[in-house]
Amino acid sequence: MSTPLLTVSHLEKSYQKTHILHDISFDLDAGEVLTLLGPSGSGKSTLLRCLNGLEAFQAGTLTFAGEVITQKAKQWQQLRQQIGMVFQSYDLFPNRTVLENILLGPLKVQKRSRETVLPEVEKLLQQVGMRDYRDAYPRQLSGGQKQRIAIVRALALKPRLMLFDEVTASLDPEMVRDVLTIIRQLADTHQMTMLVVTHEMDFAQQISDQVLFLADGRIQEQTPGPQFFKRPQTSRAQNFLASMDF
Amino acid sequence: MSWAIIQQSLPLFAKGFVLTLKLATLGIIGAIIVGLICSLIYYFKLPILTPIVTIYTEVARNTPLLIQLFFLYYAFPILGWRLTASQCGIIGLIFLGGSYMAAGFTGGFDGITKSQIEAGQAIGFTRWQLARYVILPQGLALSVPALAANVIFLIKETSIFTVIAIPELTNTALDLIGMYYHTNEYLFVLVIAYAIILIPLSLILTYLERRVRYGTFGH
Ligand SMILES: Nc1ncnc2c1ncn2[C@@H]1O[C@H](COP(=O)(O)OP(=O)(O)OP(=O)(O)O)[C@@H](O)[C@H]1O
Ligand SMILES: [Mg+2]
Repeated sequence: MSTPLLTVSHLEKSYQKTHILHDISFDLDAGEVLTLLGPSGSGKSTLLRCLNGLEAFQAGTLTFAGEVITQKAKQWQQLRQQIGMVFQSYDLFPNRTVLENILLGPLKVQKRSRETVLPEVEKLLQQVGMRDYRDAYPRQLSGGQKQRIAIVRALALKPRLMLFDEVTASLDPEMVRDVLTIIRQLADTHQMTMLVVTHEMDFAQQISDQVLFLADGRIQEQTPGPQFFKRPQTSRAQNFLASMDF
Repeated sequence: MSWAIIQQSLPLFAKGFVLTLKLATLGIIGAIIVGLICSLIYYFKLPILTPIVTIYTEVARNTPLLIQLFFLYYAFPILGWRLTASQCGIIGLIFLGGSYMAAGFTGGFDGITKSQIEAGQAIGFTRWQLARYVILPQGLALSVPALAANVIFLIKETSIFTVIAIPELTNTALDLIGMYYHTNEYLFVLVIAYAIILIPLSLILTYLERRVRYGTFGH
């Protein structure tokens, strides 16, 4: 066995006096897809944000690709090029075209040359069906199109790990499928390592190698995907799946 | 109302008009520079400088321009600084306007959503890159309406320069009235002169506000 790409061990997170995450530990191997399920307010977003340095945590250790994360701003800035994150609200830069949104990271942050980056980006745009929109502004796109661009923007940095936080939650139903298909392709054909928070249970079942079920800021169970959806170990997870109409 | 009197006064008013424009332009440019610097210090919470900026903006916004001008004109010479009346006017306008512009820019920077900043962080931007590609362009666009209002406000404030005898528009009118008593004629010209400056400018600024909004925001 090789070492995991990401190891979270005994992570604790609180906001002032409220303790949000308790003793979170898990491993994520390269090429694996881990979905994070749990009721609203259980701490899924908070956990994902801790893994990208958008929230500081108070105790515990993160190890990424063998390197212990010390939570220094400079180290996070470097690591974020390898840990991509996509949000529910897409958050494309409104004053930049689609292509500029995507190129800022590779050109300005990674200082790669336009000639090498552009063909890669065009291929990515092609894969998500957005090749004709490179000069459009975000306001000219639908929600689903914006989210596809946000995914390309993260992928353009060639990350080793992708974090998705309910990326289809603000989309109209007919657009949800397109975005989920893209994420599934990313797992299937590119073996991208991913941590996915979603409320789409069918999708979660198709994509999950492992499921981490979170409630009240604690991991209730970590179960291989097929098993979790057939027979979760804890009654809380059973109730959760029942409540999701699954 | 006599056209002859109005005509005779026009050369003097023209001089006042040019001087009002010149002082206002210099004052407003200075105020924008001071305001932007102050708002950046405030936004990035730079140590030492932040409390200084806070004190400055509070003092400048909470004292009348009239008093600030008297201070510059009468108190500074006591400290050994000799300034011409016009220099006092420009400095006074920058002092007052800088604080208003700072508030305008700060409002713009505060209007940037947290999620936009996080989107920038998530693609690995350094602090400087975040400022360059997210905070400045969006904050500046968001502050345009407030800045436009300040520009109009500061032009109107130049009428107070008359108290230290700067021969701008208002001073010209008051002088003429004092000498020849043709109050109606001179006030008429004065109103028209301000309208010639302010109405087109106000239209241009409204257009600019719309442009910036459309070009930058409105998803
Ligand atoms: N900035 C904050 N300050 C204080 N408390 C916070 C903050 N952000 C989140 N919380 C709290 O942390 C808990 C976990 O929130 P989090 O957003 O991680 O939940 P979630 O599992 O992602 O929920 P959802 O499914 O609704 O997105 C909640 O009780 C929430 O109120
Ligand atoms: Mg959430």
